[in-house]
Amino acid sequence: MKSLCASVFLIPCLVAPASAATIFPLDRATILAGSPFDVKVEFDGLVKAGDAKVTIDGKPADSVLGKPLAFIEKEDGTEASALLARAVTLGAPGRHTITATAGSDTKTVTWEVYATPAKAEARNVIFFLGDGLSVAHRTAARLMSRGMTEGKADGRLAMDDLDHMAFIGTSSTGSIATDSANTMSAYMTGHKTAVNALGVYVDRTKDSMDDPRVETMAEAVRRTTKKAVGVVVTSELEDATPAAVFAHTRKRAEKAAIADMIMALKPDVLLGGGSAYFLPQAVPGSKRKDDKDLIQDARAAGYTVATTSTELKAAGPGPLLGLFHTGNMDVALDRMQLKKGTVAKFPDQPGLVDMTQAALDRLSQNKDGFFLMVEASSIDKMSHPLDWERAVFDTIEFDQAIGLARKFQAEHPDTLIVVTGDHTHGVSIVGTIDDDKPGPDMREKVGTYAAAGFPNYTHTNGSPYPDRVDVSRRLALFATNYPDYYETFRPKMDGPFVPAIQNENKQYVANEAYKTVPGAVFREGNIPRDEDTAVHAVDDVVLQAAGPGAGEFKGYMEESDVFRVLADAMALAPAAK
Amino acid sequence: MTLVRRRFLEALALMPAVLLAAPARAGALPLSFDELYSGVSPLGLIFSDKLKEARGKSVVMQGFMAPPLKAEAKFFVLTQQPMALCPFCSSDADWPDNIVVVYLNYPQTFVQSNAPIRVTGLLEVGSWRDPETGFLSLVRLVGASFRTV
Repeated sequence: MKSLCASVFLIPCLVAPASAATIFPLDRATILAGSPFDVKVEFDGLVKAGDAKVTIDGKPADSVLGKPLAFIEKEDGTEASALLARAVTLGAPGRHTITATAGSDTKTVTWEVYATPAKAEARNVIFFLGDGLSVAHRTAARLMSRGMTEGKADGRLAMDDLDHMAFIGTSSTGSIATDSANTMSAYMTGHKTAVNALGVYVDRTKDSMDDPRVETMAEAVRRTTKKAVGVVVTSELEDATPAAVFAHTRKRAEKAAIADMIMALKPDVLLGGGSAYFLPQAVPGSKRKDDKDLIQDARAAGYTVATTSTELKAAGPGPLLGLFHTGNMDVALDRMQLKKGTVAKFPDQPGLVDMTQAALDRLSQNKDGFFLMVEASSIDKMSHPLDWERAVFDTIEFDQAIGLARKFQAEHPDTLIVVTGDHTHGVSIVGTIDDDKPGPDMREKVGTYAAAGFPNYTHTNGSPYPDRVDVSRRLALFATNYPDYYETFRPKMDGPFVPAIQNENKQYVANEAYKTVPGAVFREGNIPRDEDTAVHAVDDVVLQAAGPGAGEFKGYMEESDVFRVLADAMALAPAAK
Repeated sequence: MTLVRRRFLEALALMPAVLLAAPARAGALPLSFDELYSGVSPLGLIFSDKLKEARGKSVVMQGFMAPPLKAEAKFFVLTQQPMALCPFCSSDADWPDNIVVVYLNYPQTFVQSNAPIRVTGLLEVGSWRDPETGFLSLVRLVGASFRTV
């Protein structure tokens, strides 16, 4: 409609009054008192400067915000006007009514500004994010890791003993469906946004760096506390989840800019992959398009730089930058057992547990406490291509890191631990696959109901990881959605699964490399042919938590509500007395 | 119908490759992906001696053709493994770090052979940005031709 208006009916638009404006932050936004945010009003058409007015609770917005909203007569690439003010704050808690008027048309939204308790309940907050973590991943991790006898689990996951829970709605502002950028952005800012966006509302201009900003967790912690900030991931450090702790961009793919934004906030501990965006373009392996050398800059700023597990263990005190891979780090199954993926090139990568330990050792030295975000990035990265063994192995590793944090919490009870996913995948366990069932037809080897029995994974010396994943009676996990692919009913022992590849018509077709696996069957996809792998599910996420402040997690909550619980626990906006 | 069209396109795409491949392949030095770099670390990649010595010479490499930006293109990316790029987990910049960019003699229509291809061309080594697309590459095969294995 907007584009029609802009191109075909240009003249009518010029004379007609604007019909409906969009106000950012959007209606029903919840805003941390005192946090800086951008206000933008996008009118649907061109309006005259004198006609555009904004009020907050009936008073001129300029006087309430303490700065004027600049009038933009014609926004780039549009035939429409806008009003914009950067980095304003609202200190007074309560509901506020914002009305934008142009001529005879008005648009009204309400915002809720909230303060926090004056005193922090939690000195430390550890936020565990399992990317794509769904109920099936948890159940499979428990079954594969602990086993089951006569219907009762032979042991519990660390996350099983977190005592508070909530169902979390993950939808984005533009769609019921969602991605890892907008979901983590909601957790880390308290504002929902659109797919691909981080720390901003999504406006209509093309520029991916000019969208209306909201404050990120790292910024809020830096502004209001002396807490240390740490991030530990197995993906690139510029990937959507870690980026959302720090950055502002409409496009999560702006990874060089994201690396700059992360380092500008001087995190105390930063461990993960993605060194390609820290290297200047002249260095082979760099993915930057400029000469910035963020590694050199970090060293000059006093960081210890570690590139292997050995170097991580040897690192001295002070801020720590661990870059263990040019891209995403290898997954636990490849690192620990199969040595596939890129393990041969990067043979000494630390795991999530070692990285979490290194972060806790360092961050806990800060007398004012810390905020630490730990992400098991590849639960999602292996669920997209239907590589369930790798996704579950990483879930077990995630749980081991949570177990470590629970021990830390036992010694430091002023620590809030939150464990959640950012979105789900359409995956379920339906039983087992039993190679010893008769015949060559793999479908007939799927054990359902009573025939499923129990899987026969083995564990040497009580290891939480099974000795091998290709046992004769293993978990049968299947996806609800998929591109065309060959179902092999077997773990992918030769490297992570690539189910489909793109053809000349930009459509994804089954990867023929798996066609000849004994028993493989062609499975025709059920999602559009331009989807390369399984997509995210819209199902709720299960959040669990323990420690001071965890009692606020209950019932159904939006992802944006979770930020407020964290803000309350750390007292990021102490109410004025 | 699709199959017929596809076979036709495959034939079309292979024709110039077959025609051109013969002279270029003569004496072409085989080079594998594992031989490109002698060192890989988060601080960067180190070109191998074999790669440096083969600079300017005719080499032949085997790999997979990654989906190009548009169907008819003069260059494409050769990868060690088949690639499926996920728009929401990756961006166009998310190539593996050991890719080779292949510049063909003239634009060809991309056909997904869903199988390895063998590319022959003159080896170029060093950072270079494609002026048309801005695509940055370190290792290139120019004046190249390819065929399915």
